[in-house]
Amino acid sequence: MNLAVETFDLNRTFKLKKAKNKKENGNNDGKLIALEDANIKIHQGELFGLLGPNGAGKTTLIKILATLLLPTSGRALVDGIDVVKHPERVRKQINMVSGGEHCGYGILTVRETLWMFSQFYGIPNKVALRRTDELLKILKMEEFARTKIGKLSTGLRQKLNFMRGFVCDPKIMFLDEPTLGLDVQIARDVRAYIRTWMKKDLERTVLLTTHYMAEADELCDRVAIIDTGKVLVCDSPQNLKKSLAGEAVFRIEVPLDVNGMEKFGQIAGVKQFAYDHKSHLGRTELKFILEEESAISNVTESLSGNGSKIISLSKMEPSLEDVFLALVGRGLKDEN
Amino acid sequence: MRILDRTKENIRTIRTAGRLGWAMESNWTDPFLFAIYSIVRPLASSLILVVMYYVVTRGKTGMDLFAYIYVGNAFFMYVINVLFGVSWVIHEDRDHYQMIRYIYISPIRMYYYLFGRGIAKMILTTVAVIITIGFGMLVLKIPVNLLSVNYPLLIFSVAAGIFIITCLGILLAGVSMITAHHSYALTEGMSGLFYLACGAIYPIDILPVWLQYVSKALPLTYWLELVRRSVLGKSVSPTLGGYSDVQLILIMAGTTLVLALFSHWIYRSIEYIARKYGKIDQLTSY
Ligand SMILES: Nc1ncnc2c1ncn2[C@@H]1O[C@H](COP(=O)(O)OP(=O)(O)OP(=O)(O)O)[C@@H](O)[C@H]1O
Ligand SMILES: [Mg+2]
Repeated sequence: MNLAVETFDLNRTFKLKKAKNKKENGNNDGKLIALEDANIKIHQGELFGLLGPNGAGKTTLIKILATLLLPTSGRALVDGIDVVKHPERVRKQINMVSGGEHCGYGILTVRETLWMFSQFYGIPNKVALRRTDELLKILKMEEFARTKIGKLSTGLRQKLNFMRGFVCDPKIMFLDEPTLGLDVQIARDVRAYIRTWMKKDLERTVLLTTHYMAEADELCDRVAIIDTGKVLVCDSPQNLKKSLAGEAVFRIEVPLDVNGMEKFGQIAGVKQFAYDHKSHLGRTELKFILEEESAISNVTESLSGNGSKIISLSKMEPSLEDVFLALVGRGLKDEN
Repeated sequence: MRILDRTKENIRTIRTAGRLGWAMESNWTDPFLFAIYSIVRPLASSLILVVMYYVVTRGKTGMDLFAYIYVGNAFFMYVINVLFGVSWVIHEDRDHYQMIRYIYISPIRMYYYLFGRGIAKMILTTVAVIITIGFGMLVLKIPVNLLSVNYPLLIFSVAAGIFIITCLGILLAGVSMITAHHSYALTEGMSGLFYLACGAIYPIDILPVWLQYVSKALPLTYWLELVRRSVLGKSVSPTLGGYSDVQLILIMAGTTLVLALFSHWIYRSIEYIARKYGKIDQLTSY
């Protein structure tokens, strides 16, 4: 099978400014490793997800593949073409959408923007118009077709940014957090569009980064989990979840003011621990990944020893989020 | 075939970028205000020059020199506007619209895009130059005889000038990829240097000898001489006056070629550096 993306020991480091470096990266001699020996293979036709906490190196990888950034060492092929040696050939095959609201020039209308970018990709007028109409319809933007971008709301701008990428119909699409900050319904539309787009042509490939585990679980054929520049695992969401089969995942709800949380990770039999304060519900959700189910008694004992009330306790099917927690050692939510 | 396809692509890029540039340039809520602005501004700047000239010379110097200054100054508007129009695109797309990453990773060739974005400025400047010269003829009695203007030479020279200034703009666009706000000062500084060294408002003969070497290396010097010759029919510079039109064109072509290669080299090198250090789409506004 043909590979859409292939990287060989891809590395990227950034030089840090001295002052910043001392505070954050005491002993890395002024260098920040954004990507370390990444070896990734993405097949043609695959919807591939890249998961990782902030600063993991997801955007860095996408930028290298999209010819915006050079790797420090290693090689990357996109559609079989070297991104360093022949960026102009790579560019004909790709497009990129970064989440966020920058989608065009405020003085142009939605339609003009889409037309402009289709021209840059040499798409015949008729095709561009047909595709624009289609996108406007599917993403429910028809009534804004003649609105100037400057007057669009943030969500609509993000949708337009998304459409801008797809109107050019690339062979390989890089989506960097395309649903970031979108409201639930719009995010759903966007995901649905990605799926139908992929189905229409089996050669199309998507590399998507996201913070939303459920999104990756739902959409992706395979995902790679990456942290501090290193690819930790790479497999289908099903297989990854299966890898946790021996372990047990429990969710326990306790009041917000529970004490001694920092010690929960050290309870015997606990493999990983994460929490999520749900202030609006007045409770904290604790999540434990246990080496085996019986260890739950240790947990409940510690909790009651601590004087915390247990509001609810349930055993859960492992989710992608739990895989992430087990590997990275922290949930996606409890970052600072 | 490949060359034909590529040419088509490049023309499409220029046209599309041209439309975008025009949309930005004419983004005035009131077209009337836009017209006034485009006309009054160049006229005002020419009038300042006229006043300065009369104050300095008390009107004693002859009409020949005054016409030299007036016409040179009028055409110099191309340098100021087009240089800015082409080189500022990088800053605008990167920091203001934050679209440069999408432009950059598209299959278009950046030179054609930059040129296209400058077209609106070229058109507006042409209008401004015509108005300024017309005003000079009617009000200040600048000796331009519309029947004896060498139009083919004029049109050729203006086209060549636009090419030269675009090359300079591309050079500056490259520099703006790794500099922040300073690129504005750089553009201004470069215009200023050309204003002084290329004989815009006085013949280069009055410059110190070493500076004359600089003047002679710059294609804009020959360009200004050529447009002035085509409009006024004569030259007041002893140095440049010695050359025939064809000789001037050849020297201009030679220096332009060197400039074009130099700009290309600078742009490519800096683009590589920018891509290496992750600066292509890094915001510089703080
Ligand atoms: N131009 C740059 N200069 C210096 N450091 C950089 C630069 N770009 C990225 N980094 C650093 O490289 C690391 C990886 O960044 P990257 O943007 O790839 O992370 P990410 O996985 O996309 O994170 P997020 O989820 O926040 O988008 C971060 O620590 C970041 O600060
Ligand atoms: Mg990112």
